[in-house]
Amino acid sequence: MAPPAPRSGDAVFANVERVNAELFTLTYGAIVRQLLTDLEEVGEVNKQLDQMGYNIGIRLIDEFLAKSNVSRCVDFKDTADVIAKVGFKMFLGVTATVSNWDAEGSSCSIILEDNPLVDFVELPDTCQGLYYCNILSGVVRGALEMVSMKTEVSWVRDMLHGDDAYELRVKLLKQVPEEYPYKDDE
Amino acid sequence: MQFFSGAAAAETSPAPTAPPGTAQGLGGSGGAGNMLYVFNRGGVCLLYREWNRPLRTLDANQDQKLMFGLLFSLRSFTAKMDPTSVEKVNLGAPLLPGEGCSFHCFRTNTYKLNFMETPSGIKIILVTNPKTGDLRESLRYIYNIFVEYVVKNPLYVPGTTIKCELFNTNLDKYVKTLI
Repeated sequence: MAPPAPRSGDAVFANVERVNAELFTLTYGAIVRQLLTDLEEVGEVNKQLDQMGYNIGIRLIDEFLAKSNVSRCVDFKDTADVIAKVGFKMFLGVTATVSNWDAEGSSCSIILEDNPLVDFVELPDTCQGLYYCNILSGVVRGALEMVSMKTEVSWVRDMLHGDDAYELRVKLLKQVPEEYPYKDDE
Repeated sequence: MQFFSGAAAAETSPAPTAPPGTAQGLGGSGGAGNMLYVFNRGGVCLLYREWNRPLRTLDANQDQKLMFGLLFSLRSFTAKMDPTSVEKVNLGAPLLPGEGCSFHCFRTNTYKLNFMETPSGIKIILVTNPKTGDLRESLRYIYNIFVEYVVKNPLYVPGTTIKCELFNTNLDKYVKTLI
């Protein structure tokens, strides 16, 4: 018996539990708002959102793998494709595209045309430096780290800053080989 | 604005449906499982659970280390011996997770060891009696239980020993149905 084939983003999305999009959007908005109040500085909020995303990402990866039947994440190119087509679909209900590969194939852009996090959002003048969706970059970084890919994830385009799409730059720093974890030989 | 339907999800229980080939509703009469280990990539034994293991010669810690070491080496060997691979790997050379081939079970005359490793480094080892068939689907199912009751549990700190009663209950219930 061959292992089950990986499932498509749509197939997984149809089978997972979902919540009302408005509730989701407003809850996220409330979190960002509270962080702004608590931390006062926009830079700190960006950092905190990224950290929260990271903490989500390192757990989310298991749910993703379990539900999508993906059994290998060795090739960075394939992995980026799967994140965009299956990952974003499964958890956010939208599909992203992957483009702008560099020559070495070690960094690419994930482009989101549609982003459910930002409905109703307008950045006031005091928050121009805020990456409102910074939680997403943390999620991607955390999830990739769990499959042994150290990455750097940053925003290149942001519709809240007047761009025409959301563009997330993912740069592969290194892939960590498996090591025998026990040092002491008793 | 898109609305995700909430009603349809309400009546589904968190646990996914069990794969076919398991005896549903036998209620405790089955039970081919001897013991189960869950490791993470760092070699931490997240869970050890046993149902039928009369002989115990090692202390738990040593036993778990041996098991992890066995799997680690065996995976090295299987990748090294792969006749279809053009790449020449030195035995014991560090592999990327998921690189090269792997094995999913081995059988002796007294037991069968079923093994699954996820790209995130979670290793699930289920030792059963040697008469069981292909248990890959079952291991996937156990992975799903793990996700539902452990990973999604906000009180669980990733990388620590699992102390989730609900997970244990559901795991026991499922393993009892294995034939």
